[in-house]
Amino acid sequence: MNDPLLIAGREYHSRLLVGTGKYKDFTETREAVLASGAQIVTVAVRRVNIGQNANEPNLLDALPMKEFTYLPNTAGCYSADEAIRTLRLARELLDGHDLVKLEVLGDQTTLFPNMPETLKAAEVLVKDGFKVMVYCSDDPIQAKMLEDIGCVAVMPLASLIGSGMGILNPWNLKLIIEQSKVPVIVDAGVGTASDAAIAMELGCDGVLMNTAIAKANDPVLMASAMKKAIEAGREAFRAGRMPRKLYAATPSSPTTGLIGS
Amino acid sequence: MLKKVLPMLHISINGEAREFAAPMTLAQLLDQLQLTGKRVAIERNAEIVPKSLHASTPLADGDALEIVVAVGGG
Repeated sequence: MNDPLLIAGREYHSRLLVGTGKYKDFTETREAVLASGAQIVTVAVRRVNIGQNANEPNLLDALPMKEFTYLPNTAGCYSADEAIRTLRLARELLDGHDLVKLEVLGDQTTLFPNMPETLKAAEVLVKDGFKVMVYCSDDPIQAKMLEDIGCVAVMPLASLIGSGMGILNPWNLKLIIEQSKVPVIVDAGVGTASDAAIAMELGCDGVLMNTAIAKANDPVLMASAMKKAIEAGREAFRAGRMPRKLYAATPSSPTTGLIGS
Repeated sequence: MLKKVLPMLHISINGEAREFAAPMTLAQLLDQLQLTGKRVAIERNAEIVPKSLHASTPLADGDALEIVVAVGGG
């Protein structure tokens, strides 16, 4: 089945994007990422620990850049300026790599996005040559603004980051999907496989998740479940579901030829 | 005999105050911090210094550096 996800002119055969945080160790990170089948993995940019053991294991050894597409994020940034600085550092860090995930948070409790700052940062980053995949609220108007600015994917939340609450407003997501010409990727809130399948059945182009896999009792098994859920949801979307009816009175078995008739 | 006072560089690295003897380039600093050959990115006074310029960038007293790496994140 040839049904690639197209982001900024590049084809990906997996529609599941995964984060690399919150795992027990790098071995578990790698095993879970491999089980998920994800090709795009998010990474964070942080101050190096001065004086740390130089041979300490690191993420780049566990997930080599030649095997995966890195998506550096701006997690933890609360202003456009911080996010822009972080991604410029990421570009330098990753040899000019320009595909990035922009997220500007607005509140430390909910981690809800600060949309005015997100829009401001998106504008600067797109002008600076970045290919911006942007975490946003599920407001179709602002999603459209981000697309018009030139973001290469819009990534509305399904529910709050790390909440595992699933898809709380499918109708808003549907509006965003209908209007968008760039990929719509649900980012944040997915808790289990059925949530991911529902996102794909709605017509999302992909799902980005971290906690749902990393904080499952068995992260590697959940990564495999998510891979299947994304594929099943996508196929169901493409197949087109039957209409919902309260009742139909048309059984699946023949109504004639019954014995004794 | 006059004691020669070596000029010192007061540098902030990732928010931490450090002192080094001048002169020193960014590449020499990375070496001292045992970061040579590691994948890092550096901001000097809020401006990126590309890897290709590490060896030719002298540090100045009062510089503020941010040295970052890629870590796991969602």
